[in-house]
Amino acid sequence: MKRGKQVPFRIGTTTPRCDACTKVTGQEKYAADYYGDHFFWAGVKRAGTPHGKLLKVNTEDAKRLKGVVAVLTSEDVAGSNRVGIIRGDQPVLADKKICYAGDPLALVIAENKEALQAAVGFITFDHEPLPGVFDVEEALKKGAPLVHEDSPEGNLLRLVSVETGKGASAFDECDVIVEGVFQTPFQEHAYLETEAGWAYLDDSEQLVVVTTTQTPFRDRNEMAPALGIDVEKIRVIVPYLGGAFGGKDGIAIQCLLGLAALHTGGVPVKMWWGREESFLASTKRLSARMRYRLGVKRDGTFHALECRAYFDTGAYAGLGETVMTLGLEHAGSAYRIPNVSIEGSCVYTNNTVGGPFRGFGVTQVTAAMEQVIDMAAQRLSIDPLAIRRSNALEKGDKNCIGVTLTHSTGIKKCLAALSEHPLWREKEGWKMKAEQFKKRGVGIACMAHAMGYPAVVPDFANAKIEFTGEGRFRIYAGIVDMGQGNTSTYAHIAGAMLGQDTSVFELVQPDTERTLPSGSSSASRTTYVYGNALIIAVEDLKKRILDKALHLFCSAQAEELMLVPGGIRHREGKKKVSLRKVAGLFDEPERTCTAHFRSPAATEMLDRIYLGPHIIFSYAAHLSYVEIDMLTGCAEVIGYLAVTDAGNVINPQAYEQQIQGGIAQGIGFALSEDYKVANGHTDTNNLATYIIPTAMDVPDMMSVAVDNVEETGPFGMKGIGEISISGPVPAIANAVADACGIRIGRNPITAENIFQALQKQDDQEKPR
Amino acid sequence: MKISFVLNGKKKTTDVEPDMRVIDLLREHLHLTGTKEGCGSGECGACAILVDGESRLSCLMLAAQLEGKKITTIEGLSKGKRLHPVQKAFVENGAVQCGFCTPGMVMTSVDILSRNPDPSRDEIREGISGNLCRCTGYQKIVDAIEYAAKDKNR
Repeated sequence: MKRGKQVPFRIGTTTPRCDACTKVTGQEKYAADYYGDHFFWAGVKRAGTPHGKLLKVNTEDAKRLKGVVAVLTSEDVAGSNRVGIIRGDQPVLADKKICYAGDPLALVIAENKEALQAAVGFITFDHEPLPGVFDVEEALKKGAPLVHEDSPEGNLLRLVSVETGKGASAFDECDVIVEGVFQTPFQEHAYLETEAGWAYLDDSEQLVVVTTTQTPFRDRNEMAPALGIDVEKIRVIVPYLGGAFGGKDGIAIQCLLGLAALHTGGVPVKMWWGREESFLASTKRLSARMRYRLGVKRDGTFHALECRAYFDTGAYAGLGETVMTLGLEHAGSAYRIPNVSIEGSCVYTNNTVGGPFRGFGVTQVTAAMEQVIDMAAQRLSIDPLAIRRSNALEKGDKNCIGVTLTHSTGIKKCLAALSEHPLWREKEGWKMKAEQFKKRGVGIACMAHAMGYPAVVPDFANAKIEFTGEGRFRIYAGIVDMGQGNTSTYAHIAGAMLGQDTSVFELVQPDTERTLPSGSSSASRTTYVYGNALIIAVEDLKKRILDKALHLFCSAQAEELMLVPGGIRHREGKKKVSLRKVAGLFDEPERTCTAHFRSPAATEMLDRIYLGPHIIFSYAAHLSYVEIDMLTGCAEVIGYLAVTDAGNVINPQAYEQQIQGGIAQGIGFALSEDYKVANGHTDTNNLATYIIPTAMDVPDMMSVAVDNVEETGPFGMKGIGEISISGPVPAIANAVADACGIRIGRNPITAENIFQALQKQDDQEKPR
Repeated sequence: MKISFVLNGKKKTTDVEPDMRVIDLLREHLHLTGTKEGCGSGECGACAILVDGESRLSCLMLAAQLEGKKITTIEGLSKGKRLHPVQKAFVENGAVQCGFCTPGMVMTSVDILSRNPDPSRDEIREGISGNLCRCTGYQKIVDAIEYAAKDKNR
């Protein structure tokens, strides 16, 4: 597609994403877009009941239906039938037990969608219902029903505790102590593209799975033992994803799809979950219940923090315990607090399955911490911005788990920029202008977000770039692009280094056979870690190109040549040769450069917290303008500002995309999103009942990037993918408190909740 | 049953089952996978197409309803290699992230601008409120539609 004149990429200058054209014309092929002349459909019978002993799955009636190819149960799984990256506690197809309503019991393969649907309806099962456990604190009581009878600590998946300084005894030295209980619900990712895929056995009997995942290389390692096939016999290919946000991190559809392809007699098989199945069977942000206590000196200095958190991982471990742990590592947000006592319990229930969601556990704890700070500021009559500024972390400080910050630490810069922004300076005037029956409030919140894996998990990427025979550049991206545009940023980085524009780049999406292992698309790591590896590979390739080009420029030195769009030029002379011509001089093996980069990680205090601490963090300060309708209780976000330290900005447009998208999801979490599970069943099973923001629910947002450089980052950047989602819940809750003096303590802050709190407030204020 | 309609400017006659949805006709039989399905129940807007120039949800229509109509899908919007002004605006303004809502969002935007060539930001927001996007927070989509309106009026 032609888009007029192209300009070379430059670091810090907006260039539209490389994938925008194929997406805007409908040409981009997603996992759901694979069809063939002859293929089968696969689908799953799910339990629909939250807890029980599975006795028998009855498939005979379904098997007899016309058009049904096969109906598989756990007995047809040749391997361990278990997945789960840490605990391996989740069955591909349920065998002994049903642990939540979404558990898969049988897999149907059929010639068409109609037969598939009919067959799923004909499958029944015999089970012995068991009492369920649906509350985290109930689950930890003696005698509570066990989700996994063989779990060493019963329903407690993991207990993590951190104490620094004098711990909770430091509260004796505080002038003011504020406390509160805060709850955040399960959150559904609600990516527009539900789980989908296409799988087949190729001519060499290799299982090829084209699917929606953030973790192709890890999936292959999990699929092999679960299905009983050699890891080398599995190839995972991941096209651009239609959104994921953490919800496609780990095994969901992959094994089912693979299993189906092993039973079709060589015919390709397609699976595509409907919206309700996706809601039922995909992971959710872990719900959390957090008891917070903050002790402060009279001058506003934070002195002691106590956090007691319960995270609900649902029926399976997945990454639940790491989600909670990252949360606890951020329990003190972006401040110096010398004495802390932090303890978290990650708990099994029969509710749903918890897992990663943009922000990991940080979004949950930030919601609590940033509200107790406002409560403390109010008690001390200190401005909420001033109290944050005086306690904000600086480079060299210790964070709340006692780890010294040795990398860029820009929260003070964020707060300074926020204090100078018109939205902060003009807030009182704006509040005064509220119309009758409306009240207005302004709230702020700070946040930090660690980048990359925790210390003991190696965080590396392997970049690969090829100079093709046509003189084009092909980047083999081993990290999935779930929509955040990381692969486009890889082209941006390489383009800036090679003096090229979009037109000469080709981006190969992850494919375990063509791209190199580079870890998951998660943890705000994709551009940092792969970008760093790519820079090394591109430097190598650039040198090779210039050295080869010397043959075409008589008596020149390599340093006299420079790359220009489409070619190479002598710095002084007018002579230019095309990239294609230079490419012709390359031998095949010389065309490709690869490089490995491993992210810096903590080397000390590795036992301070489960899997070790992080050392590089992004920071942000957010501000929200909120208007409350006092007649209905409805809260509306009128204005929003995000000031962010994510290091240097590579592509301002892509940067803003991440900030704005995260804020919108955060606003949804703050005001409307609530994946409700009652006795193991959900009533919020689709987009009509689980309410994500529309264009009318999100205001125009302002984004400021503070000037800060992360020395270890590619061109000075840090991760930007997650941090902005953690601001809206506390910033909005603080604005609601500012507007009308109520603090609800749980999100979503619905009109109903506000209305009831206002009525209660009215009753208390009435003269007796 | 046999139906005839105009698809992206070309006459088309095809055999369909009486209960076949338009989105299945497009994706599975005519190989036009640009139109996306995000919910199958009219809540997300990802499957929007133009039927006689107006945006319609192809997951809620039966193929038989296309008889005698003029249909435009995302594949039929650009002219050869030239992007439609709305597509160009989406690309340049960063309105595309994962891209799964994009085809439906673009078709709805074309409809909005055909009814109201100079919409306010609020009118744009209302106009696309039936199309869910989970990536962008909508701001750059609104920017793009505003830009396309100016581009067209220029």
